[in-house]
Amino acid sequence: MSNTLTEGGAKGRAGDKVFSGLTLFAGCLILVVLFAVAAFLILQAMPTFAADPAKITGGEGFWVYIWPIVIGTLIAAVIALLIATPVGIGVALFISHFAPRKMAQGLGYVVDLLAAIPSVVYGAWGIAVLAPALVPVYGWLAENAGWIPIFQGPASQTGKTMLTAGIVLSVMILPIITSLSREIFLQTPKLHEEAALAMGATRWEMIRMAVFPFARAGVISAVMLGLGRALGETMAVALVLSSGALIPSLIKSGNQTIAAEIALNFPEAFGLRLSELIAAGLILFVITLAVNMIARWIISRHKEFSGAN
Amino acid sequence: MSKRIDVNDLNVYYGNFLAVEGVNINIEPKSVTAFIGPSGCGKSTFLRTLNRMHEVLPGARVEGEVLLDGENLYGQGVDPVTVRSQIGMVFQRPNPFPTMSIRDNVLAGVKLNNKRMSKSDADALVEKSLTGANLWNEVKDRLDKPGSGLSGGQQQRLCIARAIAVKPEVILMDEPCSALDPISTLAIEDLIEELKNEYTVVIVTHNMQQAARVSDKTAFFNIAGTGKPGKLIEYNETGLIFSNPQEKATEDYVSGRFG
Repeated sequence: MSNTLTEGGAKGRAGDKVFSGLTLFAGCLILVVLFAVAAFLILQAMPTFAADPAKITGGEGFWVYIWPIVIGTLIAAVIALLIATPVGIGVALFISHFAPRKMAQGLGYVVDLLAAIPSVVYGAWGIAVLAPALVPVYGWLAENAGWIPIFQGPASQTGKTMLTAGIVLSVMILPIITSLSREIFLQTPKLHEEAALAMGATRWEMIRMAVFPFARAGVISAVMLGLGRALGETMAVALVLSSGALIPSLIKSGNQTIAAEIALNFPEAFGLRLSELIAAGLILFVITLAVNMIARWIISRHKEFSGAN
Repeated sequence: MSKRIDVNDLNVYYGNFLAVEGVNINIEPKSVTAFIGPSGCGKSTFLRTLNRMHEVLPGARVEGEVLLDGENLYGQGVDPVTVRSQIGMVFQRPNPFPTMSIRDNVLAGVKLNNKRMSKSDADALVEKSLTGANLWNEVKDRLDKPGSGLSGGQQQRLCIARAIAVKPEVILMDEPCSALDPISTLAIEDLIEELKNEYTVVIVTHNMQQAARVSDKTAFFNIAGTGKPGKLIEYNETGLIFSNPQEKATEDYVSGRFG
């Protein structure tokens, strides 16, 4: 007589093994891809670090060449975040907690549509529509706020400046921040929302007491994802920005970002120049990695109070 | 510090669905009133109309009057936010704010109304409220730890402390013990006994023994069938409801013949 206990289990376990094998494979694949990319970047960038500083673009070594565009990259990303974060969180809150249900749905779709627009279209819109429209604004800023270094004149007559690029980037990362934040806001436990309301909180107080603390980590992740895109975005900046040396003013032509620098120069690059650009890519990779790790750290710092326990 | 509640001809709706029909009830100050009845009979729904939490759900509305010492909660120009700050509520599942410390949880409601408060006043209020909720001795050494780290029964008492910290007129409890073990339930029931000295307490419970143990008066709600509105069947002294009910349905329910 066969033992039913030993027989029945074998089939189920085979499925389990296949599945755990698949998940293990998927997990390893990520590591392999990440390692391969890192290895490619480091190997290909090597010649740059070994080369005679005089031979690097600019003639003063790699770091002198790279740091202005690192700063430029960060400036563009920070402008984008400064605009997109409050707007994105506001729109998400409106959709999740204030808008009537039908309107919220429609608005949600519109925001998702923004994410579906190709970045080259954003770039084209930036040159054709946004930049000319901003020229008078920049003129006004240069005249009235010119004493602030970032608004120092004379303003660009084409509008193809860092601030324009930052604004275009902010529109591009808005859907990421909005849709992720909205999802998180909607997941706030009803229990906590009602606890706040039952104590006599107004809608806004309820949001501050129950929704924001719950959504904190998620919103930070959303912003970081947006930052990741802003840092790496190529097309829009390459099209919109009339690049140049690093300058403090955001309303003059000038500045450059790493991604745009690579995209604009890569087609004609060979030899050491190619290696330089790949090294620039490596730097961007490191920056993005650092941003993500900082985000993780911020989130984990408040683990005890996250509500997960 | 405690007010009476008089409800006149209250109908409660979810959209077009009439959930509770024609309730008339008078709740005395400084007493414990229990609402009992089978699931879905509308007792929790009715309870939530007493502090205007019912209307938080989309489409939910009421008709009729709820008078708090003669003032209609549903009168023109009455702000539900004010109503809720005077009528506290404790929910079925303990819901301290997970991101706040025990101390901040207690002060959460107070900070809404009165932003500025000296640290010593706040400390005194925290101690008084937690003592009032029989929780002080258990948490006094870890007031800065998150409230979510407490046991279920402690969390529920923390929620009660949070509710009494704002010095409400009335405390509503929606099955406060249904997620708790017997020991914690006993602690909450003892607490309800004490709360009665200062507040008007209204409690919804599934547990008839609990109603018999803690309440002065009991209201029995019932429903004629699914899709029909819930109604208040009988309201009387707790002793009479359990020993000598006037209605057949009440007798059937309290003697365990259904529900």
